[in-house]
Amino acid sequence: MSQITLPWIEKSPETLSGYRRKAILLLFVLAVGHLGIALVSLFAFKPGQLADWKIPFVLALVLGASLAGMAFTAGAFGVVFYRIIGKFLRWSYVAFALFLGGVVGACLIVWLHAEIFTFIKGLSAAEGEHRVWLLAVPYDHTVRNIYAGLEAIGVEVPVLAYALWPLQFEFIRDLVALGGIIGFISIIPAFGIWWERKVSARIQSRMGPMRVGGWHGWLQSPADGLKLIFKEDIIPPEGDPLLFRLAVYITFVPPICAFLALPFAAAWVFRDLDVALIFILAMLGIEVVGVILAGWASNNKWAVYGSMREACQMVSYEIPMGMSLLIPIMMAGSLKLTDIAGAQAGGFWNWFVFANPWCFIAFFTYYCAALASCKRAPFDLPESESELVAGFLTEYSGFRWSLFFFGEYAAMFIVAGLAVILFLGGWSSPIPEAWINSFLTAVGASPDGFFGTLARGLLAGGPIIFVLKATFLFYVQLWVRWTLPRVRIDQVLYACVQVMLPLVMVLLLANTLWILGTDHLQWGWLNVIDGILHWILVGIGVIVALAILCIALYGFKNNKRLVGQLAVVDQLPGS
Amino acid sequence: MKTDAVDIVLESQPDINVELNGSQIQHDLPTEEMLVNMGPQHPATHGVLRIVLRTDGEMVLEAVPHIGYLHRCAEKIGETVAPYQYIPYTDRMDYLAGMNNNLGFALAVEKLTGLEQEISKRATYIRIIFAELNRIASHLVAFGTYGLDIGAITPFLYAFREREYILDLFESACGARLTYSYITIGGVTDDLPDKFVEICSEFLDYFEPKVKEYNNLLSHNHIFVKRTADIGVITGEEALDYGLTGPVLRGSGVRWDLRKVRPHCSYDEFEFDVPVGQGLKGTVGDCWDRYIVRIQEMEQSVKIIRQALEKLRGTEGQDVLHKKGKTIKLPDDDIYFEIENPRGQLGFYVQGNGAAIPARVKARGPSFCNLCVTDKVCRDVLLADVAAIIGSLDVVMGEVDR
Repeated sequence: MSQITLPWIEKSPETLSGYRRKAILLLFVLAVGHLGIALVSLFAFKPGQLADWKIPFVLALVLGASLAGMAFTAGAFGVVFYRIIGKFLRWSYVAFALFLGGVVGACLIVWLHAEIFTFIKGLSAAEGEHRVWLLAVPYDHTVRNIYAGLEAIGVEVPVLAYALWPLQFEFIRDLVALGGIIGFISIIPAFGIWWERKVSARIQSRMGPMRVGGWHGWLQSPADGLKLIFKEDIIPPEGDPLLFRLAVYITFVPPICAFLALPFAAAWVFRDLDVALIFILAMLGIEVVGVILAGWASNNKWAVYGSMREACQMVSYEIPMGMSLLIPIMMAGSLKLTDIAGAQAGGFWNWFVFANPWCFIAFFTYYCAALASCKRAPFDLPESESELVAGFLTEYSGFRWSLFFFGEYAAMFIVAGLAVILFLGGWSSPIPEAWINSFLTAVGASPDGFFGTLARGLLAGGPIIFVLKATFLFYVQLWVRWTLPRVRIDQVLYACVQVMLPLVMVLLLANTLWILGTDHLQWGWLNVIDGILHWILVGIGVIVALAILCIALYGFKNNKRLVGQLAVVDQLPGS
Repeated sequence: MKTDAVDIVLESQPDINVELNGSQIQHDLPTEEMLVNMGPQHPATHGVLRIVLRTDGEMVLEAVPHIGYLHRCAEKIGETVAPYQYIPYTDRMDYLAGMNNNLGFALAVEKLTGLEQEISKRATYIRIIFAELNRIASHLVAFGTYGLDIGAITPFLYAFREREYILDLFESACGARLTYSYITIGGVTDDLPDKFVEICSEFLDYFEPKVKEYNNLLSHNHIFVKRTADIGVITGEEALDYGLTGPVLRGSGVRWDLRKVRPHCSYDEFEFDVPVGQGLKGTVGDCWDRYIVRIQEMEQSVKIIRQALEKLRGTEGQDVLHKKGKTIKLPDDDIYFEIENPRGQLGFYVQGNGAAIPARVKARGPSFCNLCVTDKVCRDVLLADVAAIIGSLDVVMGEVDR
């Protein structure tokens, strides 16, 4: 972080310390002034003395001034302590802290707004309709009403009443939740691209990005994003400028919309749709339109090739992908993702992937089809570099180009998340909660105490477990990409139509009959076979997981050994 | 100009599976044909090759290579400089195998002037070591970029990791990493640096298991085999008709290697095999065969280098550079001499007229001759196969255009 310096501080130490002092002074004066305005307006306008139409203005005055005051204070402290902060930012694991901080922050926002809305809904409604300025706005609570509610629980802070007042509207609630989701979505590509570069470097005995930001180049993605924003915005003159612009948004927005229905935990979902799965699949399906538009509007033959390949590939692979997903739906009996994940709670042996052989195979068919529909390697034909230059991305540059990648990485996370929810137990922990409780009791910690609650919050399932599982499947996508060659377009379509589609149909039929036999007709012999196969599959799962863990540990322990250690370099002239 | 009568052995009669090659695919929905320029700025064309494709959808009906983007008048320059001054121009022809190009021209001039009898044994063995090391380096690039053409990025980095050590060895001997001019007329410019033999054998010990790693990673990968087997089949007769040489010819099942059949540089003292394509994964002469021949040649080169390092032990103190190299006058005669380059037969025609500067220099580049088969092979294939076929021919545009 020491590389990033403020130019007016570093250039000439004698004069610039004066600038620094002045900047600190200015920022502090602004901060104190704004906080003063906020305090004065707060005391000047008690909720009891205020006409309704004045409320929005007072709110803006109090909240705006407070926020500005805090920002200026932070800025002043930043200037004072930037050297220390710079040192702090060079510490190791900041990248992970940032990522986890973003995830936890987004989760906290979602949690807080859920709690606050419950609180506001719990207050007794007073009046029906109020006239705010010229509009008649229907709302349940006035500021006085909320203040009374706050007084009732002993919190006599008037500003809270002002702050809570707008939160009673669903619209505001959605905005807050959207903020959390968009924050999460912005982190995924930034982290995902950096991580992909590090993973590929590890696979290829390289280092990957090492410069920007200090530790292992963790700021590389933001730096690249910044560079892309400043690049020249080129639209092919012979192309279709409108469609060229539109294609980006049609590709970028649907995966983000899909996040609206993707549950991170039981209550941690923007809209818990009854048909969430179909909504997400539909959203992912829209992407192909954007890619076709991009190829067409670029007026480039390679781009047209790329988009036609995308059309062939995505449209054909959505069928096996959707049909593979029908199998867990059949097991859970619902299209609601929260229900499907809830049906797999209580230990990893309850996950649908181990339920019966058909589910086990369906997990892999789903994952392959998802790779193809996300156009990830080995199915990255639409943008295959060695054949089509860059496919549909050939004519794109700068920020538009980066938006395509935002969409791609968001889609990658969504297909990984869907696989987790449908096959790998969603946010439920691999360990049953009862085990954690008994372990805590055995250690001597109370399950309801501080550490007990913490341990249960981390281990017994929740958004963090969900994100970790999805991140692992995301990682597998990277792993596959940097290992396998690319298949040819006729082989892609052959694999879909002649292998995967019949296979998935057989799976679907077999699973239907299997459920019929075990659950509905209750055939004893089939249930016995089902139980044996179930535990065999669980065993396979445990062995695979342990094998991956062992290989990872081996690789971690021998990470220096992989690079050759020949003495040639030492013998060079000049070394 | 001498020619030796050599029996050409066809390994097996190839059997082209035309269905998989795509030539019998029925076009029941003919669409509008499209002309596409593949190159000169295209990632799969290995430099500045431009191929004009006539396509019907994904099918390529015709592929015509257009060359000349890297023309540097290399042959004309040969008529204006003395042979030892021309050596640096030769390693800029096939810049991935500079040592072999130097060797080809040096041998041609030495044969013309009768200097070849006076080259010391040590110089000859050093030449063989460096030619074979450069063959490994060149095949490593071919292997890596072929992976890139098929879409596997990781083997490329592995290949370059190993190539780096070879370049370090070259740098320790001659100071250059790409355009060496190390092998020159009359021998090699410098003797080997200290400990070169030890480090080189250490590298060979390190490198040999890596070849197995490449095979596990790429050669026998199912997707890779599906992409390359039965694609771009060149039969033995066709290969001979088109004048193909090197791994492209041997990939078609013809056991023809100038190091064996017309040994230059005392290659006859060495034990090594000439790998040929056997159609293990598909038809004899498909892309996979041409690819695997290169991998096997790397193993054979390791074998040759080991023997040469052994033979080098008794030759310490011999003069590696003949004094007359820089002052020779070319007789009023001409010569055409070919050696086995990593890409095929590199021939130099040198005509002298009694002066120090040749009257005519002509190079026969293997890449140039191997490229001519593109039009024949890239018919009725898929777009992705064009990249696979061009990659398997392993052309270097610096040598095609010269």
